[in-house]
Amino acid sequence: MSRRNRIAATGCLLAGLLLAWSGQAPAETTIRAVMTAEVKYLDPHWTTADITQQHGYMVFDTLFALDEKGQPQPQMVDTYRLSADKLTYTFTLRDGLKWHDGKPVRAVDCVASIKRWAVKDAAGQKVMARAASLEAANDKTFVLKLKEPYGLTIRALAKEYSYVPFMLPERLAVQDPSKPFEGDVIGSGPFMFAAKEWVPGAKTVYLKFKDYVPRKEPASYYAGGKVVNVDRVEFVVIPDQSTAVAALEKGEVDYLQRPQVDQWPLLRKDPNVGMYRGDIYQMQIHPNHLAPPFDNVKARQALMVMANQEEYLRAIAGDPQNWRTCYSYLGCGGWLETDAGAELLKKPDLERAKQLFAEAGYKGEKIVVMAPSDFATINAASLTTAALLRKIGVNVDLQTMDWGTLVSRRPIKDPPSKNPAGWHIFHTTSGYAALKDPWGHANISTACDKAWFGWACSPRATKDLEELGNLTPGTDAFKKGLAEYHTALMEDVPYVPLGEFFAYAAYRKDRLSNIIEAPYTLFWGMVKK
Amino acid sequence: MPDPSPEPAFIPYVALTRGQKARRFIRRNPTMIAGALLLALMALVAIGAPWLHTVNPVDMNPIDRLKSPGAGHWFGTDMYGRDSYSRVIYGSRISLFVGLVVAALTSVIGLAVGLVSGFVRRLDNVIMRAMDGIMALPDLLLAISFVALTEASVRNVIIALVIPQTPRMVRLVRSIVLVLREQPFVESALAMGARLPRLMVRHLLPNTLAPLIVQGTYVMASAVLIEAGLSFLGAGTPPEIPSWGNIMAEARSYVRVAFWLLLFPGLFLALTVLSINLLGDGLRDLLDPRIARRMR
Amino acid sequence: MLVYVLRRILATLPVMGIVVVFVFLLVRIAPGDPAAIIAGDYATPENIQKIRVGLGLDKPIYEQFWIYLTSLARGDLGRSLHSRLPVSQLILQRVEPTAALALSTLSFAILMAIPLGILAAWKAGSLIDRAVMVFAVGGFSIPIFWLGFLLIYAFSIRLDLLPVQGYVSFREGLLPFIRHLILPTIALGLVYMALLARITRASVLEVLQSDYIRTAYAKGVRPPGVLFAHALKNAAVPVVTTIGVGFALLIGGVVITESVFALPGLGRLTVDAILQRDYSIIQGVTLIFALVYALVNLVVDLSYTLFDPRIRY
Repeated sequence: MSRRNRIAATGCLLAGLLLAWSGQAPAETTIRAVMTAEVKYLDPHWTTADITQQHGYMVFDTLFALDEKGQPQPQMVDTYRLSADKLTYTFTLRDGLKWHDGKPVRAVDCVASIKRWAVKDAAGQKVMARAASLEAANDKTFVLKLKEPYGLTIRALAKEYSYVPFMLPERLAVQDPSKPFEGDVIGSGPFMFAAKEWVPGAKTVYLKFKDYVPRKEPASYYAGGKVVNVDRVEFVVIPDQSTAVAALEKGEVDYLQRPQVDQWPLLRKDPNVGMYRGDIYQMQIHPNHLAPPFDNVKARQALMVMANQEEYLRAIAGDPQNWRTCYSYLGCGGWLETDAGAELLKKPDLERAKQLFAEAGYKGEKIVVMAPSDFATINAASLTTAALLRKIGVNVDLQTMDWGTLVSRRPIKDPPSKNPAGWHIFHTTSGYAALKDPWGHANISTACDKAWFGWACSPRATKDLEELGNLTPGTDAFKKGLAEYHTALMEDVPYVPLGEFFAYAAYRKDRLSNIIEAPYTLFWGMVKK
Repeated sequence: MPDPSPEPAFIPYVALTRGQKARRFIRRNPTMIAGALLLALMALVAIGAPWLHTVNPVDMNPIDRLKSPGAGHWFGTDMYGRDSYSRVIYGSRISLFVGLVVAALTSVIGLAVGLVSGFVRRLDNVIMRAMDGIMALPDLLLAISFVALTEASVRNVIIALVIPQTPRMVRLVRSIVLVLREQPFVESALAMGARLPRLMVRHLLPNTLAPLIVQGTYVMASAVLIEAGLSFLGAGTPPEIPSWGNIMAEARSYVRVAFWLLLFPGLFLALTVLSINLLGDGLRDLLDPRIARRMR
Repeated sequence: MLVYVLRRILATLPVMGIVVVFVFLLVRIAPGDPAAIIAGDYATPENIQKIRVGLGLDKPIYEQFWIYLTSLARGDLGRSLHSRLPVSQLILQRVEPTAALALSTLSFAILMAIPLGILAAWKAGSLIDRAVMVFAVGGFSIPIFWLGFLLIYAFSIRLDLLPVQGYVSFREGLLPFIRHLILPTIALGLVYMALLARITRASVLEVLQSDYIRTAYAKGVRPPGVLFAHALKNAAVPVVTTIGVGFALLIGGVVITESVFALPGLGRLTVDAILQRDYSIIQGVTLIFALVYALVNLVVDLSYTLFDPRIRY
């Protein structure tokens, strides 16, 4: 062979080898998704972190679930009966429910799971506080006996946000929920957790559970039949927003759960990218009710009257099509929408705010506002509050930190004058699901010492909420009770609601279809080309 | 070796005026002069920030967010509507301040500890072990840990940058002292009864100054860069204080929609660090007797 | 030689000891409560306290330290506070991208910088020399993350030549492995390359000044022979030292590069752990880095024997 031919042949050989080494395209369908955070904690009864609840929806299943009308529907439960005196619930499980290790789901598993979930969850606590007993009758039936009727029992079992009442196998469910459960992640959900492929901080892998028996009805929000049409789902971690968006545009990933607001115009321009509204968030100012002057309701009302929702929302979410003002604590457009008592909130007035602050006894001391540098929307709100407070002459100490530090300092009750790590104000958001469920929504608790961070104290609002829970929705009594509760909130100001902004999810519409639009991403039903 | 200076081989010493000497100096050390000038310019910008800026750098104006560079906002506006030009101008203050203070502190500490370590044999071992321990940890990680685990403030960032850089200074000073210690003039000074502290200050110190200054410039350049890196990772100066690293950290998500937010602070940062490095290189060439001899 | 190696290994032990204690204390004295972070947004103060007890964080410091020391002696680096996985497993999972990046950057920098530095020294004072020096100083001044973003914007987004992010193991295909590593290597390598080029140039330049080189010329050795047979070996020592010392710089750069290019390596693992107060991971990774650094320095010192026959251990 001539020298040139030899070189050519070697070249071809090398090229061929390279191509062979290039790897084969996988024969199975995989969806690559960039979620809001990395999956770090695997026990959804132990932490309220949203991403863990998201993980829960992949590998676990629930007894009941909400449909698109917001009504609880049976999921793992086949039938249930409520006794005439409304004290005894009898639940019977569906046929064919299996755990990922092949064992059948039994009633004792569900009993233990409910008990574990109810230790920490507000809605669950309310149910179990009224429970006389919760026992398994046989392998497929269990019975809940209450001491007094409680209309929200089924709704509690259908709770769709932190903590979701997921069912665990008994050996995991009997463990103390103040520690994450020890043992393999075995659920009865439509996906299995691929423990061997899990790289915390980088990648989490879920595989289709072939023995899952979906319900016969079509999927409807969190309820209905969970039919999985793909082989694998990978949660990929891309810490940088621009990189994540670029990765979606180039097809390196298929789905972005929460692209940041400013990336939306870029995404909207791309003909291959589709978007849907994933969630609606309410931004909130949380003052520390134990730290003067915010122990005086006038100071809190000052915050309310100082807040111009449009100004906040523009800083948080930019373009007006990304947000809407909302003068209801309980979400706009939901079943509990009301603006009873919201006069102060509707008419921002800086002079009035200054006056109220003075009346509350503010003497010029430093007001500590905690701002998280790594949480864009909350940071924007914090900066706006600091700027507004400064405008009304308040001496603001704006302390910036990462979210982790903020979360660590939040539990401190002492005012900054007593404890240098104390605080006066922080901001946070609640998702739509929480807003519509004040009984289970921790942020809005007005239970004083037992309330959420900020320790809002309003016995009046607490009582009104309790009574509201016993009324039937839609009745006049309900509407009256709702208005009373809301007015109590507006007058006692547990926190200041700053309106609502939208969250979109983005996906490759040339690859993914049949997506259920919900705050958590539901990967069943999704089809990938 | 080719001689870079194109001048006649023999110049009578007396004939050079001050101006000619100056010009020859500039011709011989172009990089150092360039670096010094650029750095001086940056320093002027930093000092003159209160007069040079157009808008208060912390003023948020959400209506005007993410505007591209144009009239009124020469470098555009950021995601909160703040003027990018003013923020970058003010950013120079923090970056230069941090760089300067870190260089000064490491020099002082390095000098003190290095002198003691080089001269007092009993302490030498202990000190060097400690320095080795600190040097065993990567700079950036040590700095991130310190800042993230205390609270974000300019003071903590400075401390976080001083700790990893000091051992190198100490080793440098120590190595010089170790050599000088053997010199006859030191022996004779000791024989004449000079006490240790006086010896260190009057005789050893002047000899360490030149390399110290050169190393100091590198420390400064390094500090400015690492501070930006720290802020970029979220463990640097508090975000409401505009520093170049902070500005770029906030801008990272907006590379596609507003790349100017990343471009300008990066440019300023690169130019500043470049100028410091050029100055350092020039100083080293000037002060190192062996290289100076060759370049003449 | 063997005795030297053993003595060196023994000498690193007290240094490791200092590192262990230092990191343990630094991490525990810090404000920031992993229990609160783990508990999540909607948690109540009681839940946080329960988690704290569950993790053993409520024990007094000396007790926690004793537990840590005894498990370290058994080779157990503990478990991540957040994911409950063994720290050693987490490190093993993430070591590959970091090692790949570090090695490719080292190779790239060495292969490019040393020839450039030698060339600049050989032609000192010429335009080539100035060009190399300008490049070297410039490369040393550019922030890595800035360069990284520019590269992504130019090559991935605009020109669509290379992937934007991520890491593909060479076991899954050599070509994707290389493609994903190109941009991070350039971004990180430029700084290292600049540093090496400068040191190489200075070192070779200095050697070329020395008397024995002049003697070689006088004896009639032709320039290439002078360079390769005589100068380079003697110039090697400071260069190799810099490679070792620059390794710490490399690790710092790796952290930033992994963040920009979304590489799932040790650098990001550490930064995430620091920001989330995951004590076990911070301690484990710092120890590993310190060990590797000590190892690199040992290799560098041993390599001196190759270059300078006067150096014997």
